[in-house]
Amino acid sequence: MCLAIPGQIVELLDDARLVAVVEVVGVRRRVDLGLLEDDPPGPGDWVLIHVGFAMSRISEAEAAEQMRMLAILGEADAAYEEARGYGLEA
Amino acid sequence: MRFVDEYREPELVTRAAEEIRRLADPGRHYRLMEVCGGHTHAIYRFGLKDILPENIELIHGPGCPVCVLPMGRIDDGLAIGERENVIFAAFGDMMRVPGARGSPLERKASGMDVRIVYSPTDALKLARMHPDRHVMFFAIGFETTAPSTALTLKRARDEGITNFSVFCNHVTIIPAIRAILDSPDMRIDAFIGPGHVSTVIGCRPYEWIARVEGRPIVVSGFEPVDMLQSIVMLLRQLRSGTATVENQYTRVVPWEGNRAALAAMAEVFELRPFFEWRGLGFISQSALRIRDAYAAWDAERVFAIPGVRVTDPKAAQCGEVLKGVLKPHQCKLFGRECTPERPVGALMVSSEGSCAAYYNYEHRKTAAARVAQPVGA
Repeated sequence: MCLAIPGQIVELLDDARLVAVVEVVGVRRRVDLGLLEDDPPGPGDWVLIHVGFAMSRISEAEAAEQMRMLAILGEADAAYEEARGYGLEA
Repeated sequence: MRFVDEYREPELVTRAAEEIRRLADPGRHYRLMEVCGGHTHAIYRFGLKDILPENIELIHGPGCPVCVLPMGRIDDGLAIGERENVIFAAFGDMMRVPGARGSPLERKASGMDVRIVYSPTDALKLARMHPDRHVMFFAIGFETTAPSTALTLKRARDEGITNFSVFCNHVTIIPAIRAILDSPDMRIDAFIGPGHVSTVIGCRPYEWIARVEGRPIVVSGFEPVDMLQSIVMLLRQLRSGTATVENQYTRVVPWEGNRAALAAMAEVFELRPFFEWRGLGFISQSALRIRDAYAAWDAERVFAIPGVRVTDPKAAQCGEVLKGVLKPHQCKLFGRECTPERPVGALMVSSEGSCAAYYNYEHRKTAAARVAQPVGA
Protein backbone atom coordinates (compact mmCIF):
# COMPACT_ATOMS: atom_id res chain seq x y z
CA MET A 1 0.00 0.00 0.00
CA CYS A 2 2.64 2.49 1.02
CA LEU A 3 5.04 1.47 -1.73
CA ALA A 4 7.46 4.27 -2.50
CA ILE A 5 9.07 3.64 -5.86
CA PRO A 6 12.14 5.54 -7.02
CA GLY A 7 12.15 7.06 -10.49
CA GLN A 8 14.24 9.44 -12.58
CA ILE A 9 12.67 12.35 -14.41
CA VAL A 10 13.20 12.16 -18.17
CA GLU A 11 11.18 15.10 -19.40
CA LEU A 12 8.70 17.67 -18.17
CA LEU A 13 5.49 17.57 -20.18
CA ASP A 14 3.06 20.42 -19.76
CA ASP A 15 3.56 24.17 -19.48
CA ALA A 16 2.67 24.21 -15.83
CA ARG A 17 5.36 21.54 -15.48
CA LEU A 18 3.19 19.47 -13.20
CA VAL A 19 3.43 16.27 -15.22
CA ALA A 20 6.63 14.52 -16.19
CA VAL A 21 7.75 11.44 -18.00
CA VAL A 22 9.63 9.43 -15.40
CA GLU A 23 11.62 6.27 -15.81
CA VAL A 24 10.37 3.98 -13.06
CA VAL A 25 11.85 0.49 -12.65
CA GLY A 26 12.65 0.32 -16.35
CA VAL A 27 9.41 1.70 -17.79
CA ARG A 28 8.55 5.26 -18.78
CA ARG A 29 5.38 6.58 -17.27
CA ARG A 30 3.60 9.86 -16.66
CA VAL A 31 4.01 10.94 -13.07
CA ASP A 32 2.26 13.84 -11.41
CA LEU A 33 4.60 16.44 -9.88
CA GLY A 34 1.80 18.49 -8.30
CA LEU A 35 2.91 17.68 -4.76
CA LEU A 36 6.42 19.06 -5.42
CA GLU A 37 5.30 22.41 -6.84
CA ASP A 38 7.24 24.33 -4.19
CA ASP A 39 10.53 22.90 -5.37
CA PRO A 40 9.88 21.29 -8.75
CA PRO A 41 12.40 18.71 -9.89
CA GLY A 42 13.85 18.75 -13.39
CA PRO A 43 15.15 16.22 -15.90
CA GLY A 44 17.73 13.91 -14.36
CA ASP A 45 16.42 14.38 -10.80
CA TRP A 46 15.33 11.38 -8.74
CA VAL A 47 12.00 11.24 -6.92
CA LEU A 48 10.09 8.81 -4.71
CA ILE A 49 6.75 7.97 -6.30
CA HIS A 50 3.62 6.87 -4.47
CA VAL A 51 0.35 6.06 -6.29
CA GLY A 52 1.47 7.95 -9.40
CA PHE A 53 2.58 11.12 -7.61
CA ALA A 54 6.13 12.21 -6.88
CA MET A 55 6.28 12.57 -3.08
CA SER A 56 9.82 13.74 -2.44
CA ARG A 57 13.11 14.41 -4.15
CA ILE A 58 15.87 11.99 -3.28
CA SER A 59 19.48 11.40 -4.21
CA GLU A 60 20.52 8.82 -6.78
CA ALA A 61 22.17 6.76 -4.03
CA GLU A 62 18.95 6.82 -1.99
CA ALA A 63 17.02 5.73 -5.10
CA ALA A 64 19.32 2.73 -5.54
CA GLU A 65 18.95 1.80 -1.85
CA GLN A 66 15.17 2.10 -2.05
CA MET A 67 15.07 -0.21 -5.06
CA ARG A 68 17.23 -2.71 -3.22
CA MET A 69 14.93 -2.53 -0.20
CA LEU A 70 11.89 -3.21 -2.37
CA ALA A 71 13.64 -6.24 -3.82
CA ILE A 72 14.59 -7.59 -0.39
CA LEU A 73 11.08 -7.02 0.94
CA GLY A 74 9.72 -9.02 -1.99
CA GLU A 75 7.97 -5.96 -3.33
CA ALA A 76 9.98 -5.37 -6.49
CA ASP A 77 7.38 -7.20 -8.57
CA ALA A 78 4.59 -5.19 -6.98
CA ALA A 79 6.55 -2.00 -7.70
CA TYR A 80 7.05 -3.07 -11.31
CA GLU A 81 3.37 -3.93 -11.65
CA GLU A 82 2.37 -0.61 -10.10
CA ALA A 83 4.69 1.40 -12.35
CA ARG A 84 3.48 -0.47 -15.41
CA GLY A 85 -0.08 0.16 -14.33
CA TYR A 86 0.27 3.96 -14.21
CA GLY A 87 -1.61 5.43 -17.13
CA LEU A 88 -3.73 2.29 -17.56
CA GLU A 89 -1.42 1.19 -20.33
CA ALA A 90 -0.55 -2.22 -18.99
CA MET B 1 21.97 -13.28 12.69
CA ARG B 2 19.65 -13.91 9.78
CA PHE B 3 19.99 -12.24 6.39
CA VAL B 4 23.11 -10.48 7.57
CA ASP B 5 24.61 -10.58 4.08
CA GLU B 6 21.71 -8.46 2.82
CA TYR B 7 22.20 -5.61 5.22
CA ARG B 8 23.45 -2.36 3.90
CA GLU B 9 26.47 -1.38 5.96
CA PRO B 10 26.58 -4.57 8.05
CA GLU B 11 29.22 -3.07 10.35
CA LEU B 12 26.79 -0.27 11.24
CA VAL B 13 24.09 -2.84 11.95
CA THR B 14 26.45 -4.71 14.27
CA ARG B 15 27.51 -1.51 15.98
CA ALA B 16 23.90 -0.37 16.48
CA ALA B 17 22.96 -3.80 17.86
CA GLU B 18 25.86 -3.59 20.35
CA GLU B 19 24.83 -0.09 21.34
CA ILE B 20 21.26 -1.27 21.95
CA ARG B 21 22.53 -4.02 24.26
CA ARG B 22 24.66 -1.50 26.12
CA LEU B 23 21.80 0.99 26.53
CA ALA B 24 19.00 -1.41 27.44
CA ASP B 25 18.59 -1.80 31.18
CA PRO B 26 18.38 -5.57 31.77
CA GLY B 27 16.00 -5.00 34.67
CA ARG B 28 13.49 -3.21 32.49
CA HIS B 29 11.03 -4.37 29.83
CA TYR B 30 10.70 -1.99 26.88
CA ARG B 31 7.58 -1.79 24.74
CA LEU B 32 8.30 0.13 21.55
CA MET B 33 5.58 0.61 18.95
CA GLU B 34 6.36 0.90 15.27
CA VAL B 35 3.40 2.89 13.99
CA CYS B 36 3.84 2.13 10.30
CA GLY B 37 2.91 -1.13 8.55
CA GLY B 38 5.91 -0.78 6.24
CA HIS B 39 8.15 -0.95 9.32
CA THR B 40 6.26 -4.03 10.56
CA HIS B 41 6.93 -5.76 7.26
CA ALA B 42 10.63 -4.83 7.32
CA ILE B 43 11.03 -5.91 10.97
CA TYR B 44 9.80 -9.42 10.17
CA ARG B 45 11.64 -9.62 6.87
CA PHE B 46 14.99 -8.73 8.41
CA GLY B 47 14.43 -10.76 11.55
CA LEU B 48 15.15 -7.74 13.76
CA LYS B 49 13.60 -9.54 16.73
CA ASP B 50 16.53 -11.95 16.62
CA ILE B 51 18.97 -9.04 16.89
CA LEU B 52 17.24 -7.22 19.73
CA PRO B 53 17.63 -8.21 23.37
CA GLU B 54 14.64 -10.10 24.74
CA ASN B 55 13.51 -7.24 26.96
CA ILE B 56 12.84 -5.03 23.93
CA GLU B 57 9.39 -5.83 22.61
CA LEU B 58 8.18 -4.37 19.33
CA ILE B 59 4.43 -3.72 19.27
CA HIS B 60 2.91 -3.41 15.81
CA GLY B 61 0.92 -0.25 15.35
CA PRO B 62 -2.18 0.75 13.40
CA GLY B 63 -0.35 2.05 10.30
CA CYS B 64 -1.77 -0.32 7.72
CA PRO B 65 -4.67 1.42 5.96
CA VAL B 66 -6.29 -1.75 4.68
CA CYS B 67 -6.12 -3.35 8.12
CA VAL B 68 -7.82 -0.60 10.11
CA LEU B 69 -10.75 -0.17 7.72
CA PRO B 70 -13.92 -1.60 9.29
CA MET B 71 -15.67 -4.19 7.17
CA GLY B 72 -18.83 -2.08 6.93
CA ARG B 73 -17.01 0.55 4.85
CA ILE B 74 -16.02 -2.10 2.31
CA ASP B 75 -19.65 -3.20 2.07
CA ASP B 76 -20.77 0.42 1.74
CA GLY B 77 -18.34 0.92 -1.14
CA LEU B 78 -19.43 -2.32 -2.79
CA ALA B 79 -23.07 -1.24 -2.44
CA ILE B 80 -22.22 1.70 -4.71
CA GLY B 81 -20.37 -0.64 -7.06
CA GLU B 82 -23.55 -2.74 -7.35
CA ARG B 83 -25.45 0.15 -8.90
CA GLU B 84 -26.13 0.07 -12.56
CA ASN B 85 -23.58 1.88 -14.66
CA VAL B 86 -21.01 2.26 -11.89
CA ILE B 87 -17.36 1.27 -12.23
CA PHE B 88 -15.77 0.42 -8.87
CA ALA B 89 -12.09 1.44 -8.96
CA ALA B 90 -9.62 0.72 -6.15
CA PHE B 91 -5.97 -0.03 -5.46
CA GLY B 92 -4.88 -3.65 -5.79
CA ASP B 93 -4.49 -3.92 -1.99
CA MET B 94 -8.24 -3.56 -1.57
CA MET B 95 -9.16 -6.36 -3.93
CA ARG B 96 -8.87 -9.30 -1.56
CA VAL B 97 -10.14 -7.54 1.55
CA PRO B 98 -13.21 -9.45 2.67
CA GLY B 99 -16.54 -7.67 3.00
CA ALA B 100 -19.55 -9.36 4.59
CA ARG B 101 -20.62 -10.59 1.14
CA GLY B 102 -17.25 -11.17 -0.42
CA SER B 103 -14.20 -9.16 -1.45
CA PRO B 104 -14.12 -6.78 -4.43
CA LEU B 105 -12.34 -9.51 -6.37
CA GLU B 106 -15.08 -12.04 -5.60
CA ARG B 107 -17.74 -9.50 -6.54
CA LYS B 108 -15.91 -8.91 -9.82
CA ALA B 109 -16.08 -12.63 -10.52
CA SER B 110 -19.84 -12.47 -10.04
CA GLY B 111 -20.25 -9.65 -12.51
CA MET B 112 -19.52 -6.32 -10.79
CA ASP B 113 -17.40 -3.92 -12.86
CA VAL B 114 -14.35 -3.74 -10.58
CA ARG B 115 -11.09 -2.23 -11.85
CA ILE B 116 -7.67 -2.11 -10.25
CA VAL B 117 -5.99 1.27 -10.53
CA TYR B 118 -2.51 2.18 -9.35
CA SER B 119 -3.14 5.89 -9.03
CA PRO B 120 -6.26 7.97 -8.31
CA THR B 121 -5.51 9.87 -11.53
CA ASP B 122 -6.04 6.62 -13.39
CA ALA B 123 -9.52 6.34 -11.87
CA LEU B 124 -10.15 9.85 -13.22
CA LYS B 125 -8.81 8.73 -16.58
CA LEU B 126 -11.32 5.85 -16.55
CA ALA B 127 -14.05 8.45 -16.08
CA ARG B 128 -12.77 10.37 -19.13
CA MET B 129 -12.67 7.14 -21.15
CA HIS B 130 -16.24 6.15 -20.15
CA PRO B 131 -18.30 9.35 -20.19
CA ASP B 132 -21.52 7.29 -20.14
CA ARG B 133 -20.55 5.49 -16.92
CA HIS B 134 -19.86 6.67 -13.36
CA VAL B 135 -16.45 5.86 -11.90
CA MET B 136 -16.27 5.62 -8.12
CA PHE B 137 -12.78 5.54 -6.64
CA PHE B 138 -12.55 3.76 -3.29
CA ALA B 139 -9.92 5.90 -1.56
CA ILE B 140 -7.90 4.55 1.35
CA GLY B 141 -4.67 5.52 3.03
CA PHE B 142 -3.04 7.79 5.58
CA GLU B 143 -1.50 11.19 4.87
CA THR B 144 0.91 9.54 2.45
CA THR B 145 -1.91 8.88 0.01
CA ALA B 146 -4.56 11.49 0.84
CA PRO B 147 -2.78 14.40 -0.97
CA SER B 148 -2.85 12.42 -4.25
CA THR B 149 -6.60 11.90 -3.90
CA ALA B 150 -6.97 15.62 -3.10
CA LEU B 151 -5.10 16.70 -6.23
CA THR B 152 -7.13 14.25 -8.32
CA LEU B 153 -10.37 15.78 -7.00
CA LYS B 154 -9.04 19.25 -7.82
CA ARG B 155 -8.29 18.12 -11.38
CA ALA B 156 -11.80 16.60 -11.69
CA ARG B 157 -13.33 19.90 -10.64
CA ASP B 158 -11.04 21.99 -12.87
CA GLU B 159 -11.89 19.83 -15.86
CA GLY B 160 -15.60 19.67 -14.98
CA ILE B 161 -15.67 15.87 -15.00
CA THR B 162 -19.03 14.94 -13.51
CA ASN B 163 -19.08 11.14 -13.85
CA PHE B 164 -16.42 10.65 -11.18
CA SER B 165 -16.63 10.40 -7.40
CA VAL B 166 -14.47 9.42 -4.45
CA PHE B 167 -15.61 7.21 -1.57
CA CYS B 168 -13.30 8.70 1.00
CA ASN B 169 -11.78 6.45 3.65
CA HIS B 170 -8.64 8.46 4.30
CA VAL B 171 -7.51 8.39 7.91
CA THR B 172 -5.01 10.40 9.91
CA ILE B 173 -2.28 8.92 12.04
CA ILE B 174 -2.10 11.31 15.01
CA PRO B 175 -5.57 10.54 16.49
CA ALA B 176 -4.82 6.81 16.21
CA ILE B 177 -1.64 7.28 18.26
CA ARG B 178 -3.67 9.30 20.77
CA ALA B 179 -6.26 6.50 21.02
CA ILE B 180 -3.48 4.01 21.66
CA LEU B 181 -1.99 6.17 24.40
CA ASP B 182 -5.45 6.61 25.95
CA SER B 183 -6.16 2.88 25.91
CA PRO B 184 -5.68 1.42 29.41
CA ASP B 185 -4.51 -2.00 28.19
CA MET B 186 -1.67 -0.60 26.10
CA ARG B 187 1.45 0.59 27.79
CA ILE B 188 3.88 1.91 25.19
CA ASP B 189 7.24 3.37 26.25
CA ALA B 190 8.22 5.01 22.97
CA PHE B 191 7.38 5.17 19.29
CA ILE B 192 9.18 4.47 16.03
CA GLY B 193 7.51 7.15 13.89
CA PRO B 194 6.27 6.47 10.36
CA GLY B 195 8.57 7.34 7.45
CA HIS B 196 6.47 8.16 4.42
CA VAL B 197 3.53 9.72 6.31
CA SER B 198 6.09 12.10 7.79
CA THR B 199 7.30 13.24 4.36
CA VAL B 200 3.85 14.88 4.18
CA ILE B 201 3.05 15.93 7.77
CA GLY B 202 6.63 16.52 8.91
CA CYS B 203 7.72 16.02 12.52
CA ARG B 204 5.89 18.81 14.35
CA PRO B 205 2.54 16.98 14.71
CA TYR B 206 4.30 14.45 16.97
CA GLU B 207 5.50 17.04 19.46
CA TRP B 208 2.58 16.53 21.91
CA ILE B 209 3.54 12.84 22.18
CA ALA B 210 6.85 13.92 23.67
CA ARG B 211 5.76 17.05 25.51
CA VAL B 212 2.35 16.06 26.86
CA GLU B 213 2.58 12.29 27.01
CA GLY B 214 6.27 12.13 27.86
CA ARG B 215 7.00 9.46 25.23
CA PRO B 216 10.02 9.67 22.94
CA ILE B 217 9.37 9.30 19.22
CA VAL B 218 11.89 8.89 16.40
CA VAL B 219 10.80 9.15 12.75
CA SER B 220 12.61 6.29 11.06
CA GLY B 221 13.71 4.97 7.68
CA PHE B 222 13.00 1.41 6.62
CA GLU B 223 16.42 -0.19 6.35
CA PRO B 224 17.48 -2.43 9.24
CA VAL B 225 20.25 0.02 10.07
CA ASP B 226 17.68 2.86 10.13
CA MET B 227 15.38 1.05 12.51
CA LEU B 228 18.20 -0.07 14.80
CA GLN B 229 19.59 3.47 14.92
CA SER B 230 16.11 4.73 15.73
CA ILE B 231 15.90 2.24 18.60
CA VAL B 232 19.31 3.48 19.83
CA MET B 233 17.96 7.04 19.78
CA LEU B 234 14.83 5.98 21.69
CA LEU B 235 16.83 4.07 24.31
CA ARG B 236 19.14 7.06 24.84
CA GLN B 237 16.11 9.21 25.54
CA LEU B 238 14.50 6.64 27.82
CA ARG B 239 17.76 6.24 29.70
CA SER B 240 18.21 9.93 30.26
CA GLY B 241 14.55 10.42 31.09
CA THR B 242 13.93 12.88 28.26
CA ALA B 243 11.16 12.82 25.67
CA THR B 244 11.59 14.62 22.36
CA VAL B 245 10.79 14.15 18.68
CA GLU B 246 13.82 13.15 16.63
CA ASN B 247 14.19 12.55 12.92
CA GLN B 248 16.41 9.64 11.91
CA TYR B 249 15.13 9.70 8.29
CA THR B 250 16.37 13.18 7.39
CA ARG B 251 17.42 12.05 3.93
CA VAL B 252 13.74 11.82 2.97
CA VAL B 253 11.67 13.52 5.70
CA PRO B 254 11.80 17.33 6.04
CA TRP B 255 10.98 18.59 9.55
CA GLU B 256 8.21 20.83 8.22
CA GLY B 257 6.70 18.22 5.88
CA ASN B 258 5.39 18.96 2.40
CA ARG B 259 3.55 22.29 2.24
CA ALA B 260 1.96 21.70 -1.18
CA ALA B 261 0.62 18.30 -0.10
CA LEU B 262 -0.81 19.70 3.14
CA ALA B 263 -2.39 22.62 1.26
CA ALA B 264 -4.07 20.27 -1.24
CA MET B 265 -5.45 18.17 1.61
CA ALA B 266 -6.70 21.23 3.48
CA GLU B 267 -8.47 22.55 0.40
CA VAL B 268 -10.33 19.35 -0.42
CA PHE B 269 -10.79 17.56 2.90
CA GLU B 270 -12.04 18.35 6.38
CA LEU B 271 -12.00 16.22 9.53
CA ARG B 272 -14.92 13.92 10.21
CA PRO B 273 -16.31 14.29 13.73
CA PHE B 274 -15.55 10.60 14.26
CA PHE B 275 -14.68 7.47 12.28
CA GLU B 276 -14.65 3.81 13.16
CA TRP B 277 -11.32 1.96 13.15
CA ARG B 278 -11.07 -1.76 13.22
CA GLY B 279 -9.77 -2.78 16.63
CA LEU B 280 -9.65 0.75 18.02
CA GLY B 281 -13.35 1.60 17.75
CA PHE B 282 -14.67 5.09 17.08
CA ILE B 283 -11.97 7.78 17.23
CA SER B 284 -12.96 11.42 17.09
CA GLN B 285 -11.51 13.58 14.30
CA SER B 286 -9.48 10.69 12.97
CA ALA B 287 -10.52 10.63 9.33
CA LEU B 288 -11.08 12.90 6.38
CA ARG B 289 -14.23 13.67 4.47
CA ILE B 290 -14.75 15.74 1.34
CA ARG B 291 -15.56 19.42 1.81
CA ASP B 292 -18.85 20.96 0.60
CA ALA B 293 -17.06 22.66 -2.30
CA TYR B 294 -16.37 19.19 -3.69
CA ALA B 295 -19.73 17.62 -2.72
CA ALA B 296 -20.50 16.81 -6.36
CA TRP B 297 -17.54 14.39 -6.34
CA ASP B 298 -18.26 12.89 -2.91
CA ALA B 299 -19.64 9.36 -3.38
CA GLU B 300 -21.25 9.54 0.06
CA ARG B 301 -23.39 12.43 -1.14
CA VAL B 302 -23.83 11.42 -4.77
CA PHE B 303 -25.18 8.03 -3.67
CA ALA B 304 -27.18 6.91 -0.68
CA ILE B 305 -24.79 4.93 1.49
CA PRO B 306 -26.32 2.08 3.49
CA GLY B 307 -24.02 2.89 6.45
CA VAL B 308 -23.37 -0.76 7.12
CA ARG B 309 -21.88 -1.81 10.44
CA VAL B 310 -20.54 -5.32 10.40
CA THR B 311 -18.80 -6.98 13.27
CA ASP B 312 -15.68 -8.95 12.43
CA PRO B 313 -16.05 -12.71 12.09
CA LYS B 314 -16.55 -13.90 15.67
CA ALA B 315 -13.53 -16.10 16.07
CA ALA B 316 -11.15 -13.61 14.43
CA GLN B 317 -9.25 -11.46 16.91
CA CYS B 318 -8.08 -8.74 14.53
CA GLY B 319 -8.88 -6.03 17.06
CA GLU B 320 -6.68 -7.49 19.78
CA VAL B 321 -3.84 -8.06 17.33
CA LEU B 322 -4.17 -4.52 15.97
CA LYS B 323 -3.91 -3.12 19.48
CA GLY B 324 -0.89 -5.31 20.18
CA VAL B 325 -2.71 -7.10 23.02
CA LEU B 326 -2.33 -10.40 21.16
CA LYS B 327 0.51 -11.52 18.91
CA PRO B 328 -0.67 -12.65 15.45
CA HIS B 329 -0.12 -16.36 16.15
CA GLN B 330 -2.18 -16.13 19.35
CA CYS B 331 -5.36 -15.54 17.33
CA LYS B 332 -7.50 -18.67 17.18
CA LEU B 333 -7.76 -18.56 13.38
CA PHE B 334 -4.11 -17.78 12.62
CA GLY B 335 -2.56 -20.13 10.08
CA ARG B 336 -5.60 -22.40 10.05
CA GLU B 337 -8.83 -20.75 8.87
CA CYS B 338 -6.98 -17.48 8.16
CA THR B 339 -3.96 -17.48 5.82
CA PRO B 340 -2.62 -15.04 3.21
CA GLU B 341 -4.15 -17.28 0.53
CA ARG B 342 -7.59 -17.27 2.22
CA PRO B 343 -7.69 -14.27 4.54
CA VAL B 344 -10.53 -13.94 7.05
CA GLY B 345 -9.29 -10.65 8.48
CA ALA B 346 -7.64 -7.72 6.75
CA LEU B 347 -4.39 -8.06 8.72
CA MET B 348 -3.74 -11.20 6.72
CA VAL B 349 -4.31 -9.45 3.35
CA SER B 350 -1.77 -6.66 3.14
CA SER B 351 1.97 -7.29 3.25
CA GLU B 352 1.98 -4.49 5.84
CA GLY B 353 -0.51 -6.30 8.03
CA SER B 354 1.16 -7.84 11.06
CA CYS B 355 -0.56 -11.23 10.53
CA ALA B 356 0.61 -11.56 6.91
CA ALA B 357 4.12 -10.43 7.87
CA TYR B 358 4.24 -12.87 10.79
CA TYR B 359 2.85 -15.67 8.62
CA ASN B 360 5.23 -15.11 5.72
CA TYR B 361 8.37 -14.96 7.81
CA GLU B 362 8.02 -16.28 11.37
CA HIS B 363 5.34 -18.92 10.86
CA ARG B 364 6.96 -20.45 7.79
CA LYS B 365 10.34 -20.43 9.50
CA THR B 366 8.95 -22.21 12.57
CA ALA B 367 7.08 -24.69 10.40
CA ALA B 368 10.25 -25.41 8.43
CA ALA B 369 12.24 -25.87 11.65
CA ARG B 370 9.63 -28.29 12.94
CA VAL B 371 9.90 -30.38 9.79
CA ALA B 372 13.69 -30.28 9.89
CA GLN B 373 13.82 -31.45 13.50
CA PRO B 374 14.68 -35.14 13.93
CA VAL B 375 11.99 -37.30 15.51
CA GLY B 376 12.17 -37.32 19.29
CA ALA B 377 14.35 -34.19 19.43
